[in-house]
Amino acid sequence: MHYMLTMLETAAAMSERDHPEKAEGYWGGWMAYAEAVRFSGVMVSGNGLQPPATATTLRIRNGQRHVEDGPFAETKEMIGGYFIIDVPDLDAALAWAARAPAALNGAVEIRPVLPPPPPAAA
Amino acid sequence: MTAATTGAEVARVARESYGRLVALLAVRTRDIAAAEDALGDALAAALSTWPRSGVPDRPEAWLLTTARRRLVDAARAAGVRRNAAPSLVLTSRVVEDVGEDGAIPDRRLALMFACTHPAIATTIQAPLMLQVVLGLDAARIAAVFLASPAAMGQALSRAKAKLRDAGIPFSESAPEERAARVGAVRDAVYAALALGHGDAAAGGALAEEALWLARVTAVVLPEDAEVLGLLALALHVEARRLARRAADGTYVPLDAQDPARWNRAMILEAERALYRASPMRNPGRYQLEAAIQSAHAGRLFGHPAEPGMIALLYEALVAHAPSIGAQVGRAGALLAARGPEVALAALDGIAGAEAYQPWWAMRAEILSRLGHGDAGAAYDRAIALAEDHTVRAFLLNRQAGGSAPT
Repeated sequence: MHYMLTMLETAAAMSERDHPEKAEGYWGGWMAYAEAVRFSGVMVSGNGLQPPATATTLRIRNGQRHVEDGPFAETKEMIGGYFIIDVPDLDAALAWAARAPAALNGAVEIRPVLPPPPPAAA
Repeated sequence: MTAATTGAEVARVARESYGRLVALLAVRTRDIAAAEDALGDALAAALSTWPRSGVPDRPEAWLLTTARRRLVDAARAAGVRRNAAPSLVLTSRVVEDVGEDGAIPDRRLALMFACTHPAIATTIQAPLMLQVVLGLDAARIAAVFLASPAAMGQALSRAKAKLRDAGIPFSESAPEERAARVGAVRDAVYAALALGHGDAAAGGALAEEALWLARVTAVVLPEDAEVLGLLALALHVEARRLARRAADGTYVPLDAQDPARWNRAMILEAERALYRASPMRNPGRYQLEAAIQSAHAGRLFGHPAEPGMIALLYEALVAHAPSIGAQVGRAGALLAARGPEVALAALDGIAGAEAYQPWWAMRAEILSRLGHGDAGAAYDRAIALAEDHTVRAFLLNRQAGGSAPT
């Protein structure tokens, strides 16, 4: 099954990305994790994301475009990136989630990816 | 064969085999709802077919074959709407699971581990086990869990959908997590027992179902001392069910019960379960709770309850699992063993018991033994918090100066 692991980071953790002393540790942790996912053969895809301040949210209501600065929801933990992995079951996905740096102070949401739609049915 | 006897036979097979069949039908597809629907259809088919054709030699195998056919049909029908090829393959693989002799393998532990997976909300785990392992319907479960049948039905459906869609494994293995998983199963069985106990007070039969669940758990986890402890506890509590009510329906506390009204066979079975657990050398809260019940049950064999020993067992229980219930029980044991002053000190040391009915009932009892003026107010609180009307009546009588138990 394909699962998306959404990495929810705290503002403090995310600020380490360009912190003079802490950046190395931050990136080191994520690089090691990404390598482990890749080498184990479960990696489908994944990316880190720029901080929520760079987000723009769009809604169409009554035919009108509403564009807002910022993420769709202001929360204490924010999406820092995601991995899509291919593993047999939820327990295996949980094991990978538990290794992610975000699990230590943020959170990891584990969700099965919707299976592809059927080929045009008769 | 008459329809009535066939009906009884179908009911018996359903009771004995429900969880076993659901487990086998769902273990590969992880789709419990579909497995239950298919089994329900197969049971209905048995009710209409068996009176004419007679009960088959292997009723479970008959039900499995019929249910599996329904499952494949349903998967095929669903395939028109979505690509269900994988589930068809999974469904047909059930065939491989059945032995040459038609014996039904027992995958109930895998089913129980799935129901108590940490990804399933703790509050729904016990209801889910009662439903999928025993086949209890949502309305009966709802009555006990103080929920509306509709809300309970929805919560159960949600949990089953999550089991199916989130890829929660149906497996007995996971050795590194096994201890935690077994612990979750035990806790869910205990929750069912606690609710069954309350339900019995209200005249319901959930206590029997919870005992059945404890028996099944002891069958699938025979090497677990605490599961045996749970079974012993369930048997002791169920053995005294009739004795908890006087002929006029009033509540009879344990000390005042007539041992002749206890179920001797169940108590002996409880003792055997506890005896089997002891060489496993893995004591825990459930064995301790059962041991406390066992100490009380000694009256059946002419051994009066030994307050000092019961107090010691409560000390050990509180050390293992300092729940409010265990701490109030310990105060009660101290009341019998060492008198009201010591018991009151123990009771006063319990934090967070303001809304816990047994704490107020115990406090009222202790204060009245001390001749303390606050006893009446404590009775008021205990009576106000009581959910069981017979307990309320008992406390009103005690408040009015009715005779103390023993």
